Amino acid sequence: MASDALSIATTIVGPVVIAVVGAVFGLLYLGIDRKLVAHMQGRIGPPIRQPFRDVAKLLMKESIVPDDAIPWLFRAAPILCIMGSAVLLLYLPLFGQRALLEGSGDVILLLYLLIVPSLALVAAGFASSSPYATVGAQREMVVMMSVEFPLAMTIVAIAWRISFVTDASPFVLSTIAAYPIWNLVGPLGFIGTLILFFVLLLVTPGELSKVPFDMAEAETEIAGGLLVEYSGRNLALFYVSGAVKSFAIVSLIVALFFPYNLAPLIGIEALAPAFAVDALFFLLKVFLIMFVCVMLIRASMARFKIDQASKFYLVTMTLISLVGLILIWVDLVL
Amino acid sequence: MSETLAKASYTIPIGPVHPALHENIRLDLTIDGEEIVDVDVVAGQVHRGIEWIGMNRNNPVQSIYVAERVCGICSTSHPFAFTMAVEHAAGIEVPERAEYIRVIVAEMERIHSHLLWAGVAAHEVGFESVFYLAWRVREEIMDLMEYVAGNRNSKAMFQIGGVRRDITEEQFPRIRQSLEYYKSIFAQLKTVFLDDRTIRMRTRNVGILSTEDALKLTAVGPTARASGVPKDVRQDQPYSAYADLDIKAITPDVLTGIVVGDVYDRIIVRLLEVKQSIEIIERCLAEMPAGELLAEPKVAKLLNALKKAEGEGVGRHEAPRGECFHYVRLTAGEETMATWKIRAPTYANLMPIPTMLMGGQIADVPIAFASIDPCISCTNRAIVVESATGTEYSLSSEELHRLSVEKTRRLEAESDG
Repeated sequence: MASDALSIATTIVGPVVIAVVGAVFGLLYLGIDRKLVAHMQGRIGPPIRQPFRDVAKLLMKESIVPDDAIPWLFRAAPILCIMGSAVLLLYLPLFGQRALLEGSGDVILLLYLLIVPSLALVAAGFASSSPYATVGAQREMVVMMSVEFPLAMTIVAIAWRISFVTDASPFVLSTIAAYPIWNLVGPLGFIGTLILFFVLLLVTPGELSKVPFDMAEAETEIAGGLLVEYSGRNLALFYVSGAVKSFAIVSLIVALFFPYNLAPLIGIEALAPAFAVDALFFLLKVFLIMFVCVMLIRASMARFKIDQASKFYLVTMTLISLVGLILIWVDLVL
Repeated sequence: MSETLAKASYTIPIGPVHPALHENIRLDLTIDGEEIVDVDVVAGQVHRGIEWIGMNRNNPVQSIYVAERVCGICSTSHPFAFTMAVEHAAGIEVPERAEYIRVIVAEMERIHSHLLWAGVAAHEVGFESVFYLAWRVREEIMDLMEYVAGNRNSKAMFQIGGVRRDITEEQFPRIRQSLEYYKSIFAQLKTVFLDDRTIRMRTRNVGILSTEDALKLTAVGPTARASGVPKDVRQDQPYSAYADLDIKAITPDVLTGIVVGDVYDRIIVRLLEVKQSIEIIERCLAEMPAGELLAEPKVAKLLNALKKAEGEGVGRHEAPRGECFHYVRLTAGEETMATWKIRAPTYANLMPIPTMLMGGQIADVPIAFASIDPCISCTNRAIVVESATGTEYSLSSEELHRLSVEKTRRLEAESDG
């Protein structure tokens, strides 16, 4: 009885806690991102807590639904978007701990779940009935489809290599964590893995609609695109889900490529200190990856055009990830 | 337009209020997918009746300050062209030293305007870091203008028959210091704007205006020069101190060897013009003659002379955006001007816009439109409002032609009589 009650409590409370933690850290990283990019551009930038203030302010504002919009879809899309982003976190190992729903889903599921927030954004764009939002929605779809291929390729390549060393399902994140890819490969495979890591870093800004792949919002072109008609609470939900999604994707990269924990290495065994060390180490890993694939890229590039972005992912990135896959294969055969 | 196209396409209005536009104008785009198949430019949202003020309320000296406020950026170009027009009409000779000071101030304005444009262009393609870089670099010339004129932008340097403030020998080192600063960072700016891959991706072969089209559609300024038309008032009809300086119009082929006529070429032209302006200011400093600043220092006497003057005058100045044209007619006995007509460079440069945008993508619109460095407040001159019904409409070309012919006849009759 007691264990049943506990598992029910975990099932109900766990996701809520994780969603809140994801939102808080997502917004925190967004604040750091804005501050650091501002410094790179020679500006002072907003205080790190600015995203929290933004959300608080948006929640106070009126949520306007345009006359020509499809009201139920217009209101449902932001909720769907934030739910899709939060569900991602349940399947991801966070803070050096195991995922909440470990064993119930694998990386393939994550690939599908990653599409949900984008689909919600597309639905939001079309439901807005604004020409700008329509263009934004079309662009979001194109990016979504283009990004999918190199992303899937990278994940499949890693899982495929791991499948040679274990009988457990290679697509489950705990298997990937148990057999870190870097430990399996020789020099050639190492280069191949490095290439795949590089591809995933470049896929991230596309998944997150950050510069140079922010075509769907493109303020100077289509005035905010998808989100042009959104305001108040609905916009706040999109804002938070964007932050959650970026935290989730970077956590996925950490889980795929750096599933290491620090505490066992430096010999801390007590539960609480080990958790603290691993959590901090995890946050550091997330920060470093985010620094490269969001902040540095954002500060050093102009926005792509939609055909250029599509070609970049579908051709260039796919070919590069193919090279990575071949290198890993050659390494295995040799 | 074929029927299938008409069904597939939809219309997107860019403006009158849109983040890509810094002033109010409307571009009606007909879009097929992401491709632009039709463009209509609808102007008329920023009309302020400046010419009316000059013709009904202000005397010509007061109008200098109104002319300065035609545009917040070309706050030297308009008074420059305007004072030249009035001087032409009233037959006033400007002292040589004043001519040099005018040219120095005008070239400072060109540097600041081109750097401002560089920032705006970077912003339009979503390159925020370069936007901040360009505007930070621009602060140096703003400081210099404040040092010389006492104000960052509306400099109030011009007076009919000369300038209101001197640039003295003691000020030269500070001016040279700023010029040296720009020379030292020029290579860096060139790398950022011309060698960056993403900027090249967004500007090469975008918004192309061929040499023939540039001539046919009467483009002016850097827009025309980037299309390979060596058109520059400073070169074609030297005025003021430019007559001593032998200016040569800059076309992009001096750097790349070819003329494409795209946005990238417009970046090249503006970048090289910043360098040219630095050289012009340096030569002006070196060769500035001594002498008076004003043909007539007493304003009362000047106003009296202008009141008695009879005649018409034209002032043409190469503003940062192209030829700025002022026409003035003075009638004896009247304090205000009888006629004041302004044609700002953007007015001429709006004509090529549909040609530039056609066949491009929506993503190209902001940068292609921004590449003419549009200044809408300069451009808006006429809108018809029927006060009885409250409706607004623009005139058709036939009506406009008829009206302008009528007005020419009327003016001819007046000046004959």
